[in-house]
Amino acid sequence: MADPLSLDPPVVAVIAAMAAATYLTKIGGLWLLTRVGVSDRVEAALEALPGAIVVAVLGPELAAGGPAEWLAGSVVAVVAWRTGNIFLALVTGVGAVVAFRAVL
Amino acid sequence: MPTTDEQTERNAESTETATAADDAPGAVAFERAGIRAGFVTCLPVALGVAGYGIAFGVLADRAGLSVAEVALMSATVLAGASQIIAVELWADPIPAATVVLAVFAVNLRYSLMGAALRPWFKHLSGSQVYGSLFFMADENWALTMRDLTSGSRRGAFLLGSGLAIWVFWVASSVAGVAVGGVIDDPATFGLDFVLVATFVALAVELWDGASTAIPWAVALVTALVTAQVLSGQWHVIGGGVAAAVVEVVRRG
Repeated sequence: MADPLSLDPPVVAVIAAMAAATYLTKIGGLWLLTRVGVSDRVEAALEALPGAIVVAVLGPELAAGGPAEWLAGSVVAVVAWRTGNIFLALVTGVGAVVAFRAVL
Repeated sequence: MPTTDEQTERNAESTETATAADDAPGAVAFERAGIRAGFVTCLPVALGVAGYGIAFGVLADRAGLSVAEVALMSATVLAGASQIIAVELWADPIPAATVVLAVFAVNLRYSLMGAALRPWFKHLSGSQVYGSLFFMADENWALTMRDLTSGSRRGAFLLGSGLAIWVFWVASSVAGVAVGGVIDDPATFGLDFVLVATFVALAVELWDGASTAIPWAVALVTALVTAQVLSGQWHVIGGGVAAAVVEVVRRG
């Protein structure tokens, strides 16, 4: 197991680039969009991106799984939707996948 | 000091209101009380954020990051979904360009959120604005918009609520690494399922009714096809780009 305190230079460099890219998005809108304005089309595209990327990550992951993963995924969705409690949804989902794998 | 500041601001406001039509929200103050109000209001929400933080820590541990690296990432990036996606893309060697591009794309929405704060933030100094924006996340942005539109004039609310999120996000990330570290075989406890579970929960949270259905379907199909054809993580970028293009065309 890796040393808990290790800071690998390439890893730190990527983290720094992630931090810079994120900060740029956080300040860029106030700085830029209020000067040049943004069309409805661009706004719609920017708003669709996070969900689309989450779905793009999730799709192939679920496709690689089986019925146990699909059922447990549904459990997570239902709990997250009904309770809004993310931690509860994750714990229930992980418990469900263990149970479904044992049964199926 | 606050008295003279407020005096100057009020004067500035009264001269501005005559000229600037979009000045309706009025001048806002940037005070300790606003920081405290934001922090306290956001605490219950920050507890929810910690749920993702633990999941992120577990995933980061499995991706091979150390405690120090996870703490550094959470403290400096402070953008949950993008960090979870980043450690999912993590490999050896790190696909740096893909990771940073994905992070940038996922976080582009912050540009719109930051721009929405302008009616109030234009009354604040550069360091107040650009310092506060570092601590902007989805949850505390929503709380801040609610607070400011109600006419509270607490310009420091975003900073205070963001600090609450920051503290819980960093602490829960580290806790997640500890949880991941004590378990040898992740599959025994279903920990290999944390990623899928986290993304399902993220998707439920991001679902915005029928308007989301078309871009998501396009992203899903594109990602599934791309994953079959290309190795690596191109399906993530492909799905995102395809959905963005569809939205641009659809709103035409």
